[in-house]
Amino acid sequence: MSRKDTGDIVFRRLMMFFACMILVIVAGILFELTRSSLPSIRKFGFSFLFTSTWDPVFEKFGALPFIYGTLLSSFVALLLAIPIGLGTAIYLAEYSPWWVRNTVSLLVDLLAAIPSVVYGLWGIFVLVPIMRNHVEPFLGKYFGFLPFFQGPQYGVGMISASLILAVMIVPFIISVSREVILAVPQVYKESAYAMGATRWEALISIILSYGRSGIIGGIILALGRAIGETMAVTMIIGNNVKISASLFSPGYTLASVIANEFTEATSDLYLSALVEIGLVLLFVSIFVNVIARILIWSVQQKQLSGMKAKLQAI
Amino acid sequence: MVSPTKAIVWNESQTSGYLAQLFQRTRQKRHWVDKIIVYLLTACSVLVLLPLLSILTHLVSQGISAINVDFFTKLPKPVGEHGGGMANAIVGTLILLGIAMGVGVPIGLGAGIYLSEYANHRFAMVIRFVNDVMNGIPSIVYGIFTYVVFVLPFKSFSAISGGAALGIMMIPIVTRTTEEFIRLVPNTLREAGLALGVPRWRVITDIVLQTAKGGIITGIMVALARVAGETAPLLFTAFGNRFWHSSLMEPIAALSLQIFSYAISPFDDWHRQAWAGALVLIAIVFIVNILAQYFVRRQARLLSPKK
Repeated sequence: MSRKDTGDIVFRRLMMFFACMILVIVAGILFELTRSSLPSIRKFGFSFLFTSTWDPVFEKFGALPFIYGTLLSSFVALLLAIPIGLGTAIYLAEYSPWWVRNTVSLLVDLLAAIPSVVYGLWGIFVLVPIMRNHVEPFLGKYFGFLPFFQGPQYGVGMISASLILAVMIVPFIISVSREVILAVPQVYKESAYAMGATRWEALISIILSYGRSGIIGGIILALGRAIGETMAVTMIIGNNVKISASLFSPGYTLASVIANEFTEATSDLYLSALVEIGLVLLFVSIFVNVIARILIWSVQQKQLSGMKAKLQAI
Repeated sequence: MVSPTKAIVWNESQTSGYLAQLFQRTRQKRHWVDKIIVYLLTACSVLVLLPLLSILTHLVSQGISAINVDFFTKLPKPVGEHGGGMANAIVGTLILLGIAMGVGVPIGLGAGIYLSEYANHRFAMVIRFVNDVMNGIPSIVYGIFTYVVFVLPFKSFSAISGGAALGIMMIPIVTRTTEEFIRLVPNTLREAGLALGVPRWRVITDIVLQTAKGGIITGIMVALARVAGETAPLLFTAFGNRFWHSSLMEPIAALSLQIFSYAISPFDDWHRQAWAGALVLIAIVFIVNILAQYFVRRQARLLSPKK
């Protein structure tokens, strides 16, 4: 009897140890990154986030161009990915025959499984030439009066990076919104039809009311991916420390400056500044993820209470 | 002159006709919108698949020409010399994945078991939440973390540190799937074991884990497929190597790193090799994903109620 009890206690403790490892690792990441970026934090303080000089030679570091690049590229990527992702999700959930739904879902899963570096490779040799020779001249010619589409057209730059980010985050938006749309109770749709709504009117009103927070949660999760995405962006954004309104101009992001310069950082302060950029990235991604999780969680709660209400009605 | 009554009648018929027309027109418009939307939505789906199609066709058309026996058996050649392969990178990726499994699987599996079998509600919520957040931390941040913890103290890039970075990235996925599949195991099985006097931990290892095995393997495979193509966390941990590594404490080559350095190089020969490497990497990732699908199907069959 006592032998069994020891086994139980040991096993339980061991499993608990593994579970606590998750907390330890996350805390460790926060601690180690903060500790390693202390020299830079001490030297530059908050001005690190608001100055735009990045000069390793004179050891002057400001992260504003990278913050700007990350925000701009992620924002444009979302702008492109949201309508297309939502459209695909609605099509898959409501309109497509089952075999199309299965095939397309499988292909979208494949799209999500492609490694970032392969996207980058494709970006360099396929997307960038297309952007340089066709898309950017077109945008420059017809929309050149806008500040976003001015300046020399290199192919590499903000707009190509945003496009590739959009391709990479679209699978997330599709899978989350498809789940949300499929979870809408059939009665809601039926009551909309009964009021004379067409199929589209019924769908869009339900999605905008019932599925809103779930879909927003999915979009924010995708935003988190876009912010942290490194390789593909590093390979085609052009890596230029400059803040420019034009989407054609080469830029830089938080993640790509780390990827490019970390192994070349010669001084301690330089390395520390790069780690601090990592810390900024970490805080942003934690913030974004917490918001997204809370939104998705609230939807699940709503669905649970909705199910309870239905059970009581029966 | 028109009498007042007649005027009203005239107006009424006119108005109702107008309303009917208006109603007819809006209804037609709404139905047109409904029809057009279907085409727009279909177009969205096609648009999403275009990049995939483009990537796959380019991978195959560009990559296949550089794939031969040498590619799998030879080391990379110096610039200018034709031929050579990525044997070290392929082996390196497999070794890194092996180390990653050594780190990620025990922790993920253990945490999953603890969450589903032991934890009280509030503690489980905290761990689950932190786990989800961990899943969203950018891969490059894991790279910095392992650099600070494993590379700086030993003053050398190493296979161990690269594997550890990948292993840590596996944890959230393995934890999640393990917990979910263990939850699917019917309680009656546990009770049957306990009723026979089997200690609880033996019930878990011999009954619960055996039943949920397929699902847990799926989780591990999905996690492996995700980290197999990771580059960012390896940049300053595994670092890459153009030769065979002689120990795990040395820099080691990886397919993803090799693809990256070849892709940004200015040499046509290396570009071809990059495409071939990408083709092999994609093949590995897809095969692991398909295997995962197979295991999850088997698991679903196992847990579905028998007639």
